[in-house]
Amino acid sequence: MGMVRYIANKLFYMLVSLFVLVSATFFLMKAIPGDPFTSEKKVPPEIKARLYEQYGLDKPLYHQYFKYLGDIAQGDLGVSMKRLNQDVSHLIGQTFSASLKLGAVAIVVSVIVGVVLGMLAALYHRKFIDSAAMVLAVLGIAVPSFVVASVLQYVFAYKFGWFPVSGFKGPLNYFLPVAALSAQPIAFIARLTRSSMLEVLNADYIKTAKAKGLSWIQILSKHVLRNGILPVVTYIGPMTANVVTGSVVIEQIFGIGGIGKQFVEAIGVRDYTVIMGITIFYGVLLMLARFITDIAYVFIDPRIKLSGGKEG
Amino acid sequence: MKKSKSLLLMIALVLVIGTVLAGCGGNNNNANSGNNASPTNAAATDNAGTNTGTAGEETLAADQTLRINLSAEPPTFDPAQAQDSQANTVLKTMYEGLTRMNDETGQAEPGIAESWEISADGLVYTFKLRDAVWSNGDPVEAVDFVNAWKRVLDPNTDPTAPYAYQLYYLKNAEEYYTKKVADFNEVGVKAVDAKTLEVTLKAPTPYFLGLLSFYTYYPVHKSVEGNAKWATSKDTMITNGAFTLTEWTTGQSLQVTKNDKYWDAASIKLSKIDFSLVNSGATELLSYKNGELDRAGAPTGDLPSDQLPIIEKELPNEFNRKGIASVYYYEFNVTEKPFSNAKIRKALAMSINRQALIDNVTLGGQLPAFGFVPPGIAGADGEYRTAIKDSYFTEDVEAAKKLLAEGLAEEGLDKLPTFELSYNTSENHKKIALAIADMWKQNLGVDVQTVNQEWAVFIDNRQNLNYQVARAGWTADYNDPMTFLDMWVTGGGNNDTGYANPEYDKLINDAKVSSDLAARQEMFAKAEQMAIGDDMILMPIYYYTNNSLTKEYLKGITLDFSGAIDLTRGYLLEH
Repeated sequence: MGMVRYIANKLFYMLVSLFVLVSATFFLMKAIPGDPFTSEKKVPPEIKARLYEQYGLDKPLYHQYFKYLGDIAQGDLGVSMKRLNQDVSHLIGQTFSASLKLGAVAIVVSVIVGVVLGMLAALYHRKFIDSAAMVLAVLGIAVPSFVVASVLQYVFAYKFGWFPVSGFKGPLNYFLPVAALSAQPIAFIARLTRSSMLEVLNADYIKTAKAKGLSWIQILSKHVLRNGILPVVTYIGPMTANVVTGSVVIEQIFGIGGIGKQFVEAIGVRDYTVIMGITIFYGVLLMLARFITDIAYVFIDPRIKLSGGKEG
Repeated sequence: MKKSKSLLLMIALVLVIGTVLAGCGGNNNNANSGNNASPTNAAATDNAGTNTGTAGEETLAADQTLRINLSAEPPTFDPAQAQDSQANTVLKTMYEGLTRMNDETGQAEPGIAESWEISADGLVYTFKLRDAVWSNGDPVEAVDFVNAWKRVLDPNTDPTAPYAYQLYYLKNAEEYYTKKVADFNEVGVKAVDAKTLEVTLKAPTPYFLGLLSFYTYYPVHKSVEGNAKWATSKDTMITNGAFTLTEWTTGQSLQVTKNDKYWDAASIKLSKIDFSLVNSGATELLSYKNGELDRAGAPTGDLPSDQLPIIEKELPNEFNRKGIASVYYYEFNVTEKPFSNAKIRKALAMSINRQALIDNVTLGGQLPAFGFVPPGIAGADGEYRTAIKDSYFTEDVEAAKKLLAEGLAEEGLDKLPTFELSYNTSENHKKIALAIADMWKQNLGVDVQTVNQEWAVFIDNRQNLNYQVARAGWTADYNDPMTFLDMWVTGGGNNDTGYANPEYDKLINDAKVSSDLAARQEMFAKAEQMAIGDDMILMPIYYYTNNSLTKEYLKGITLDFSGAIDLTRGYLLEH
């Protein structure tokens, strides 16, 4: 019962936040000068008037706002005002699929490499491997992703010719952008894993397990890893949302038609419906990621209690 | 413990700096040593000097797939809705209008129209259509043109064509758009029979045959009627040009494939054109050097401007520079003090060093501009700019100082107040603005505040005369000085200076109805003298150039006067 109420509550707040997000974006977007039909070569007034009429831009702002709310309530994101007659949902679908594919691979790579690096560092604490892993981690966090991307592109695509410079066609196209995209998460996960594993390794129950005569492998897999990886799980939620929404810079450098690039372009040309559509899409995605993380907490961490009235 | 931490930090720092420096240094090394990794290096030495080789020696490559980059995705493939050069590049491969431009001669050649007759008064054109077919096999008929043009001029088309005014040359076209004429039969286009099209103009237009090769004039297949979304999917696009759209992944790539039903399919050697959609000059250059692109740079893509001098030295046989009919200038808001004073405006225009700016800042080999109509635009006999020299003013700091003093005295000022120079966000515009502001400071001692504005904000401000001095650029719509000079008529849609001069308006209006080429040219020269020489409503800076890289095995790609590219007749040699 507590769970159902908890979820209903969360969902309600998600809807409220989404409404605030949509309204704020709508009015802010309209407040910036320019509109989708602003161009250096001015469109004659009679044609501009007709375009405004067709897209409802001649109506008062509150009218446009309520009409938009009505449309999205019916699940209609409308058509792009710049990419003529193309459905916003189609644009989001096509560009998000590229970001998602790239992001998913990057997440898997970050988690595996990050956890392994962190574990090695913790197991060989204060040895060479530890220092090397931590130098890498500091580098990964300190060097901005566009520098990583440019350097990778120059060295591995151009100098060595191992990978294509740009494009998103075959498996080879994944290597460099994934490496650039996961550098930072790998560094972060490695540090998280290392510190929490160190804590666990020094815990009394590990000593107990050792005393019991369990093998290293058993201790590692049953006790150390399981407890040591908890903080990583909580980090995966926001990281996933971050990575799959597309990195504009990485997409730009490697010529990948992702949703991040699409979003920035839409703002530049004031493509109102696309700006709103992607904003809503991002909003829902982030809220869902948060929601799932919250629910996951309840299951993973026994210290979180739902307000079921048990204490009373 | 403390010691090892600081040691770690040191190592990390050294590595970071090392990586960054390596990135920069690598570029230079490469610039000097030539591109070892590039597969074209061998070809470059083999083919050196055979640029002018005869066709007899050429062997075609087995794979005729051209790879090229577009720095922006065309927003639409509907000829009626298109408005930009990227759409133009792709549409030109997919459609053919009544005429085709021959980029070498600058003349319109028969396209879908096999031949034509022009009435003595220059108003009525009668076109005979050849036996061409659409990509689905349907014949291309006169009525396809009538329907296409009606779509453009119909305010109820969904959405209405932003370039509808490109068809206002036709009789009653504007009247039909504004609903003063209700019956489309009264508009100057008529299908006499399946293969004969009669076009009646509002006024004699010497460049009309060239206009017919422009995308707004392309025919569309009858299946588009009632299907507003026809141009959003490759499956519903039936075209009549050399290629058809066969792949389209939003934001990622486009592909067109040779259309075997095209009437002149025998002259088309390319089997496919792959377009990538990358808007980063650095990436495009690297892709080109890596052999992933056959051509890079303007007009389809972009090369980083600070790399141009390096590329020019590194790849002399692949680097091309071509002047195009576009002009870069700073315009003045002439409605507000102190720039309501022509002497002050002239002083600013005369006190910068254009060649120094080009050599040190823009780096693209642009031409210093002292007029508004760029070279490459046709005049009465040959190029307009060849007949009418742009000697409307000279760079002369002493004379500029004197003019400024006079102007200030007329305005009752003792010093030019600090003014704003605005430009839209772009590294190049910023560099130019800073350099020019510095020249003004040095030469005239005036203080300038440069203001960077996001593009749409900038355009909005400029169109509402909410500026003092602003950056601008103009590209030819058609090959005639009119496309530049009719901008500055009183209240003109693109007149962002606030200039209002009845004498100027009269010259332009007279030129619009005149069919005497020599007289027109005289009127244009007078008008230009008035706007630049006398009133300096804008300060010309340079005429644009297109800088590009083409692999030596790629031939047959042509650029027209405005820098628009025609890929259809390209071909790849064995390499």
